[in-house]
Amino acid sequence: MSSLLEIEDLRAYYGQVQALHGLQFSLEDGSVTTLLGANGAGKTTTLRAICNMIRSTGNIRFDGKPLAGRSTEDIVKLGIAHVPQGRGTFTRMTVEENLQLGAMTRRDSRGIADDVERMYDHFPKLRERSDQQAGTLSGGEQQMLAVARALMLRPRLMLLDEPSFGLAPLVVRDLFAILARINRDDKVTILVVEQNAQLALAIAGQAYVIETGRIVMAGEASAVADNEDIRKSYLGY
Amino acid sequence: MELFVNQVLAGIATGAIYACMALAVVMIYQAIDHLNFAQGEMAMFSTFIAWQLIQWGVPYWIAFVLTLAISFAGGIIIERLLFKPLAHAPILTHVAGFIALFAIINSVAGLTWDFTIKQFPSPFGSRPFLGSQLISTHQAGMIGVTLVLLLMLYGFFRFTRIGLAMRAAASLPESARLVGINVGWMIALGWGMASAIGAIAGMLIAPVVFLEPNMMGGILLYGFASAVLGGLSSPFGAVIGGFLVGIFENLVGTYIPGVGNELKLPIALALIVTVLVVKPNGLFGRTVVQRV
Amino acid sequence: MSTIQETVAPAAAARVTIRRSVSTIAQIVVLLLLLATPLFVKNFVIFQLTMWLVYAIAIMALNLLTGGSGQFSLGQSAFYALGAYTSAILMEHADVNYVLTLPASALVCFVAGVLFGLPALRLSGVYLALATFALATAMPQLLKLGVFESWTGGVQGLVVTKPDAPFHLPISQDMWLYYFTLLVTLLIYAASVNLLNSRTGRAMMAIRDNEIAASALGVNLPLYKTLAFGISAAFTGIAGALGAIVVQFVAPDGYTIQLAIAIFLGMVVGGVGWLPGSLAGSAFIVFVPNVAENISKGLSGAVFGALLIVVIFVVPHGARQVALYGEALAKKFLKNN
Repeated sequence: MSSLLEIEDLRAYYGQVQALHGLQFSLEDGSVTTLLGANGAGKTTTLRAICNMIRSTGNIRFDGKPLAGRSTEDIVKLGIAHVPQGRGTFTRMTVEENLQLGAMTRRDSRGIADDVERMYDHFPKLRERSDQQAGTLSGGEQQMLAVARALMLRPRLMLLDEPSFGLAPLVVRDLFAILARINRDDKVTILVVEQNAQLALAIAGQAYVIETGRIVMAGEASAVADNEDIRKSYLGY
Repeated sequence: MELFVNQVLAGIATGAIYACMALAVVMIYQAIDHLNFAQGEMAMFSTFIAWQLIQWGVPYWIAFVLTLAISFAGGIIIERLLFKPLAHAPILTHVAGFIALFAIINSVAGLTWDFTIKQFPSPFGSRPFLGSQLISTHQAGMIGVTLVLLLMLYGFFRFTRIGLAMRAAASLPESARLVGINVGWMIALGWGMASAIGAIAGMLIAPVVFLEPNMMGGILLYGFASAVLGGLSSPFGAVIGGFLVGIFENLVGTYIPGVGNELKLPIALALIVTVLVVKPNGLFGRTVVQRV
Repeated sequence: MSTIQETVAPAAAARVTIRRSVSTIAQIVVLLLLLATPLFVKNFVIFQLTMWLVYAIAIMALNLLTGGSGQFSLGQSAFYALGAYTSAILMEHADVNYVLTLPASALVCFVAGVLFGLPALRLSGVYLALATFALATAMPQLLKLGVFESWTGGVQGLVVTKPDAPFHLPISQDMWLYYFTLLVTLLIYAASVNLLNSRTGRAMMAIRDNEIAASALGVNLPLYKTLAFGISAAFTGIAGALGAIVVQFVAPDGYTIQLAIAIFLGMVVGGVGWLPGSLAGSAFIVFVPNVAENISKGLSGAVFGALLIVVIFVVPHGARQVALYGEALAKKFLKNN
């Protein structure tokens, strides 16, 4: 299989502080990959660097095309959907408007309408609340909405930043089941950043563990999950 | 009673102008979190452009539409040249930028068209409206044009994709970028629309206050008062605020002795300070929580 | 850790000494120039220099507010006007000596500043800008009010008698007023420096840097913010009073929003929060309009605005930035010798 996203020597900075020290990894087309690590290890920074939301150097290639010098919105147009930490819900708009916003880069109004219906099939709760302000949804529903909004882009790659954050365990399990289904049925490549390592490892093929801006471990997700040392020292379970 | 109704109607007519100015102020506030102190001067300049076109023999309504188009483009150019580069500058720098703009526009208008007051035509005339002494045709026209404008804006923001994108960019710029919206251009578009809305206010009020470079000073202050009353984060509130302030101003002037035109501006001051202190988010605004 | 500090300390101390000596030299040079210049120029130029000092006081007062407590005001013209009218009314209606009208103006403006500062307590950023903008816009109408006309002279305003030099000094009225204004300027400058270095000043600056954190540290926010407004208004009032005496005339249309804008610009150009910059900022607002008028009559506002944009983009920290370049150069020079 070919690589959809290749990252070489990625360094990122917040002001004077260097947050990433030369990351190197790649995502296979159609895979689910997870990026694990403690708070402040640089997981979120990595996702933000991919979408050029912070200053970074190094090579990032998406489907062979270099992303350097492209604005965030242009990168999104290439088919990279980013579900940010905190979900980025447009709380004062309706659920339906949030979905429409996800399809902002598309021009096919027929296809958009079909996709909205498809999302409602995926997430029936959202159909019930389509006319409500998104801010009135529960945390789990907002996370579903964020994933649905990202899918409205018809992305090739989906970046998820701590999707389990602040959600009840049952809701998290549902969410990861849906992510696995999206990957399988819609052929969307997924990169998910998590502190909740156990679930992420269960759906992922590849796993990377990062610490203070460096990759300290890479391999098959199952191998990482089975490695007791790694689990104890980096993943905390 | 007739006096009362008359004053309320007159208040709604001037309130329509305040509503437009407030709307223009709110459009820019939503986009960049700053108050455009040069909004009044921009509106005045647009009105002079309309006047010039009419002087050259262009029919009123064509001049009206042309002026809107020119103002729209002008607003975008101002944003691109002056305020885009200042996007991350502190508030003092922004205020200085608005003031520079204010000084430049005022001075260029004075040089081009001088400071003598000019008649500006009303397309509605000033006959009694429908034979009633309560309100003139021009006042009715002011209200009518404003309502049409509001309906169009409502439709634009509610039902078009670009309107949706503008709302998204204003409420959460980062999330908007992540769905592929070019937030920078949405801000520029907001400036263009604010500039055009201001132009409408200028062209509607010019037949009443006469056209000259300083004509918008007091009106802008009332526009600010309206925007604050309605809530700076709510375009709908700004419009309601405009009408309320217009009615309030007229009634106070009529029924409280000694408070006529003489105290017009101090009343606006009192209104602004009172609203800001008592209800800082206005009638329809949302609260902003500040953290360390 | 401690070893690092020890090695760093002497170098830092040396830096401070050089810095001090550079700024002391600069201060002495400026003072000498201020003392000597009127001896060599015409009366009209002396008058302009005096107005330059008057506006410098007003800008300093705004700097104290903004640099001190982080609040800012587009409404300083209102306090300036209040000071001017207080002084003029006392001189013309009550025959009070002009020197004594200054503390009176300061007191009146302090009270007004505190009264306006109280509601302003709840405002910040654009809201404060808006409220003070409204204050400045409304002020001329308040001054024109019929009720006060017997005192204020209404639209016509009041003419103020120009004071002579005291003790039969053989200098012109203009020159005397210049030195008098210079003395007041120096006193206010010293007072401002001391204030910023005092406990009160530190409390104000804590507010400027982070309001919520400052209040968590036990700084009495309402007290200090109101106080900052009051002191700033008092100094502005003194500037207004001096301005009235120098111009010999007060009228409502002399104190419009344009004046407030000029004072605000003076602060931006001089460098926000940097007291010596007030002189540079004042020079900008007093002399640049003249220059602008020479470049193109009628376009002076546009030239003024364009210059301001240049300042914003090229030297956003105003004269302070220029002074720091100068200081860096001087330091290099001193080190090499």
